[in-house]
Amino acid sequence: MLVVGEARYSILGGYDRLATTLGVCLATEMLLSWWLRGRVANVASAYITGISLALLIKPQANILWPFALGAFIAIASKYVLTYRGRHLWNPSNFAIALLVLLASDSVAILSHQWGNDIRINLVIWAFGLAVAWRARVLHVTLTYVACFVVLALLRSLIVGGPLLAELAPITGPMYQLFVFFMVTDPRTTVSTRRGRMIVVAIVALVESLIRLAGDYQLALLRPFYVSPPILALAFVGPVAMVLDLRRAGRQPSGFTGDSLIGGQFRK
Amino acid sequence: MRRVVVIVAFVAAIVAVVVLNGRAAGSVASGSASIRLNEVARANGIDFVHQSPTLDPKVQHIAAHIAALGACVSVADVNNDNWPDLYFTSSRFGAANALYLNQKDGTFRDVAAEAGVAQLNRPGEGAGVSMGAVWGDYDNDGYEDLFVYKWGYPQLLHNLGNGKFADVTEQSGLRHWMNSNGAVWLDFDRDGLLDLYVTGYFRSDIDFWHLRTTRIMQHSWEFATNGGKNLLFKNLGNGHFADVTDSMGVGSTRWTLAAAAADFNDDGWPDLYLANDYGPEELFLNHEGKRFELARAGLEDDSKSGMAVAVGDVYNRGEHDVFVTNISEKGFLFQGNNLRLNFLKQLGRFKEVATGVVADAGWAWGAQFGDLNNDGLLDLVVANGFISADSTRDYWYAMSKIAGAQGNIFEDAKNWPPIGDASLSGYERSRVLLNRGSAGFEDVAQAAGVTDRLDGRSVAMADLFNRGVLDVVIANEKGSALVYKNESSPGHWLELKLIGTRSNRSAIGAEVTVELGAARQRQVVDGGMGFCSQNDRRLHFGLGNQRLGRVTIRWPSGTEQVLNGLTIDQLHVITEPAH
Repeated sequence: MLVVGEARYSILGGYDRLATTLGVCLATEMLLSWWLRGRVANVASAYITGISLALLIKPQANILWPFALGAFIAIASKYVLTYRGRHLWNPSNFAIALLVLLASDSVAILSHQWGNDIRINLVIWAFGLAVAWRARVLHVTLTYVACFVVLALLRSLIVGGPLLAELAPITGPMYQLFVFFMVTDPRTTVSTRRGRMIVVAIVALVESLIRLAGDYQLALLRPFYVSPPILALAFVGPVAMVLDLRRAGRQPSGFTGDSLIGGQFRK
Repeated sequence: MRRVVVIVAFVAAIVAVVVLNGRAAGSVASGSASIRLNEVARANGIDFVHQSPTLDPKVQHIAAHIAALGACVSVADVNNDNWPDLYFTSSRFGAANALYLNQKDGTFRDVAAEAGVAQLNRPGEGAGVSMGAVWGDYDNDGYEDLFVYKWGYPQLLHNLGNGKFADVTEQSGLRHWMNSNGAVWLDFDRDGLLDLYVTGYFRSDIDFWHLRTTRIMQHSWEFATNGGKNLLFKNLGNGHFADVTDSMGVGSTRWTLAAAAADFNDDGWPDLYLANDYGPEELFLNHEGKRFELARAGLEDDSKSGMAVAVGDVYNRGEHDVFVTNISEKGFLFQGNNLRLNFLKQLGRFKEVATGVVADAGWAWGAQFGDLNNDGLLDLVVANGFISADSTRDYWYAMSKIAGAQGNIFEDAKNWPPIGDASLSGYERSRVLLNRGSAGFEDVAQAAGVTDRLDGRSVAMADLFNRGVLDVVIANEKGSALVYKNESSPGHWLELKLIGTRSNRSAIGAEVTVELGAARQRQVVDGGMGFCSQNDRRLHFGLGNQRLGRVTIRWPSGTEQVLNGLTIDQLHVITEPAH
């Protein structure tokens, strides 16, 4: 899909970007896991992070450092920003949020791409739904989408603009990557099904607040409204994780709630 | 301990992000520069202020966005006195275009009304508002004629040679309703007659004052093909033009904003290079005047928002390189301008090399190459800024809502958020990019004295005062025209005015290569270049410290003329040899 997408819509902006991001992600994962944990980790997660970064980062012309540094920071964050042995941020979410906030002169995030073509998006939606269903995180995706739609309606009523303008973002490629592959990351979401749905609803709410800040031109928040969903998740996700881990730490040994095993949720 | 090392590396990477981001602005000169430009428009009699079009109330909520076009300038020696004159377009019904005749004393006088080229923006039968103009002697009578492209019916105005113009649009066959923002004269079949390529932006079935639908916008931000159709008109030689678009294969509908014609692949025939909004650039290679073919030259998958095409020999390689302006906005979008080095002969493609100040100038519009300090290297001037309104309100966020959406949402203007009085990449400054050869370009605008923050659209260059230096003219949307008089320390130079005999008399399409020591710089007489602009058709070469060698002229007819021993620091008028 990447090759076809690159050939048809230049979704990567060059294979050098993909090679840089993937290479650094994989190398960092292997090096840090071996060095800190004494064994080379499965690199599937690093691979997904690399793909995600290569697709979502859209930097200034002809510079590669955001991909290289973004990839390193993303993977290293899993080993540095931990709480009770768990990392708190989705790696690509952390790296993109950091780049957008600290390097806005050089880096933007995917805004329009893939030709704005509904056929391409239908393929991604179908693929994403299948992956989310198989990974048992479809409830996360659907909760987020439902919340987004309701909040878009509310925003439209508040700001007075066209409803379709408020709904429009979720039909684009950034959101497809976000709702299927980022907000659903099993390793950085809370342990219960209800908790995950609440958290993702809060993410949508915070995103809406950022969007309203954009509508009302709160200059102080301008760095945030270039990418509301990514930043909303970067703020809400770790807080939810910490609270969830603390709650889990207080649970008696016979706790029978959901648990995370092998990257998938099990009842 | 190992974990500490990883933490240190992690923090160091974050610090590196901050440091590298700080260097993103590129090289900006703060001290003195070898280029000095002084703005003299009003002092020299040019008081033109552009007015934007008013549109159908159905799109009033984004009229500021749609209608932010039409401030254009083109240069020609209208009365053959060897002093360049200036024509500015305005774009509101009732607003006058201006023709400033060079008074040879450093001042200009607007003679548009008496010449009959002022009142071209009117509703009704002659409907339309001006979006730019190009000059060319289509009937080879020795006087530069004027083609004004519009949103509406374009107009061809025949220069009668007595200071007046006659509207010959109807009999010329050029009365086709278009929403055009660009045109170039070229002699694509080399028959000695100037043909005309007119670009379409919005679809030609759209009448902006009587909209039947609001579904008028692009259906993709990247690969839109629902723009107006570009048209190629062949000059039949009897004052008539014939639409040969389809037979020649150049009817792109990719929202073309600008076009330039030059022989990019060195086969002796003028090709067409298009800057398309919401799409990839296009190069149509001319196959001996019989047909054009869309080249696969590394352009097709690099989609941006092309606004202008400037052609120049950036590194004195004897090639036509291309600079195309695009959009950059901190945090939201880094399309970056394209500087494409021409390797068509060697690799069959262009190589994109823009970085730093060349790539990211803001919301860039018009641009032109020209050797502003006569050092033998072509510098760049780029006009920037889209909509300067309320500086505390910004439309970028609102636009970003729909930018990522499905095309059928934003294709309908009614789904766009209202722009109100918000700015959109407003108050950006123009760039003057000094070419330092292998050391790259340096932004010297501030040091050179170019500090305006108007919404620049069109840039043209000419030696307005016949001093051997290029001056810069900028037309600004809803703003005053600016004339930057070049006060740089004069170096050695050479200027050539070409007059065709077997070729079109304007010599548009003539290619001149000047040997500068071991290097050689190539320029083309343009029939429209940049964004809605046209440079003086006299070619200007800075010589730097190099010895002037041979000067080779390849006329549009195919005749090659070699000149040796030309005197430097003067204008040479060269007439095409009979054989």
